[in-house]
Amino acid sequence: MSGPGSLVDIRNLSIRFRGARDVHAINDLTLGLAQGETLALLGESGSGKSVTLKALLRLLPPRRTDIEGTMKVNGADVMSITGRALQTYRGGEVSMVFQEPGLALDPVYTVGRQIAEAVQRKKRVSRDEAMSTALDMLRRVRIPSPERRLSNYPHELSGGMLQRVMIALALACRPRLLLADEPTTALDATVQIQILLLLRALQKEFGMGVIFVTHDIGVAVEVSERIAVMYAGQIVEEGTTHEIIKSPRHPYTRGLLAANLHDVARGTRLDAIPGAPPPLDVKPDACPFAPRCPLAEARCRAALPPVHQIGPRRRVACIHADAPMEAA
Amino acid sequence: MAVAQTDVAEIPVQKSGGYWSGVARRLSRDPVTLGCAAILVALIGSAAFAPWLGLADPYTGSMVARLNPIGSEGHILGTDEQGRDMLARLIYGGRLTLFIGLVPVILAFFIGSFLGITAGYVGGLLNTIIMRTVDVFFAFPSVLLAIAISGALGAGIVNSLVSLTIVFIPPITRVAEAVTSGVRSLDYIDAARATGASALTVIRVHVIGNVLSPIFVYATSLTSVCMILAAGLSFLGIGVRPPEPEWGLMLNTLRSAIYVDPWLAALPGVMIFVTSLCLNLLSDGVRSAMNVRD
Repeated sequence: MSGPGSLVDIRNLSIRFRGARDVHAINDLTLGLAQGETLALLGESGSGKSVTLKALLRLLPPRRTDIEGTMKVNGADVMSITGRALQTYRGGEVSMVFQEPGLALDPVYTVGRQIAEAVQRKKRVSRDEAMSTALDMLRRVRIPSPERRLSNYPHELSGGMLQRVMIALALACRPRLLLADEPTTALDATVQIQILLLLRALQKEFGMGVIFVTHDIGVAVEVSERIAVMYAGQIVEEGTTHEIIKSPRHPYTRGLLAANLHDVARGTRLDAIPGAPPPLDVKPDACPFAPRCPLAEARCRAALPPVHQIGPRRRVACIHADAPMEAA
Repeated sequence: MAVAQTDVAEIPVQKSGGYWSGVARRLSRDPVTLGCAAILVALIGSAAFAPWLGLADPYTGSMVARLNPIGSEGHILGTDEQGRDMLARLIYGGRLTLFIGLVPVILAFFIGSFLGITAGYVGGLLNTIIMRTVDVFFAFPSVLLAIAISGALGAGIVNSLVSLTIVFIPPITRVAEAVTSGVRSLDYIDAARATGASALTVIRVHVIGNVLSPIFVYATSLTSVCMILAAGLSFLGIGVRPPEPEWGLMLNTLRSAIYVDPWLAALPGVMIFVTSLCLNLLSDGVRSAMNVRD
């Protein structure tokens, strides 16, 4: 996906962390997002979901990271933004909601002050005006009695409440793109769905693009129009949520979908994908999923699989992509 | 039931107080800390207002009234080996002793915090340079280091301040670096950067806001050590020079009188003991009152 209408355009992104053991966290990742669209990045731990988000915000430690490829947000090259422009870009163009709201808010300041500070960074307004913006944001994230919450410290609020504050903080400067890094993982199930509904409502209200990272297919289906499945730092399959759920083409996606609790008779073993994700200390030169794949052939282990473009904005990185598979 | 009739909305909302009001509340329930604070306030107050307390001149002695015992007429706490009023000398001595005990720690607090926070936040090569340099100072026991620097610089108040400051920079730097590198990797630092905070803002607001109180509490625990070291330097003759009243120096000059009047000779020591004990207990009390996470 590219062109003037695109909000995010990541091409051939590769990220390597240097250290005692190198880690090739992202390998040749290409991803696009249109204005106002919600995309779920689906994948297991260590597949590079969070790294992609942090790269988009330039939050990765520059000394220990090699980044190749291009990332464009709203037409601007992310890697070439520096200094003041980077501060405006972070928070103004792109913002992020973190996984652990309890850790992502500074414990020594009231939540009102933290939101007001983020507002003052972007707009030259007085403390009082910034505070009233903060109050308005707390109302928008539907926090009960927001006037009182404004002067609360993070440790005085519950997890769900904190995540609402975090969302208010991230949206205070009306970013065009919101990055959500597993924002519901640390919350309990009843609060999860409230936060998901809130995010969806706010996305409509503000017309933002959202990239939603999760390892939970249920959550991905709930919030997103499109899903990109990640494995070993690559996108193995991308399509609309409907396409991914109804006709998964990649064996990994099929494995993920099979490993759920619906329609499983009591007492039977759950389907699971055998094996574990590959170590990423060398850049993969074959299909990284081949060792765990039931359909793997010799050519899967010989070279990287071709990326099949099987529809507009629908692609699968697998040699079997052209032959639609029966749902497992 | 009368309670049930009360409208829920009418129950006054108890405003949750801020962090500092919580600290004050916890401190007010701690009699030991309060007592120590009272003693220290009395000591510091009497030292600060010594010229207006109507005391005898701490510098003029009398050949006839030497080593008067405690409780003698005109000299409640007796006189020293040159016939100078002990009460006046102890109170005036508090000025110098507390000054030399506090100032180096305050200076070292600023310098050490700056070095430690810089090392901890920037990391990498700068961290290695700062922290390994600090490690060199750790190779010497603090007393030995203070004596060596004071010996090299010569006696005097300013030189004592300099040498004690140098002695206390390394431990404060180390604590500051440890706390900062712990805070630096926390999510709220990334979250602040993600909302567009500059590196300077992150350090000023989020790092300093979170590391300053542990460093400060640690520094207060150093003041008693500093005071004892300062007194020790004076005792050894490489700190404050006579005839200035200073507790360590007084302990030294009264040393020879210990066989004549041991109680009198012990008085400056009692002052050092009481002050450092109070400082330690106060620092402990403040530490536990400020620690909300436990």
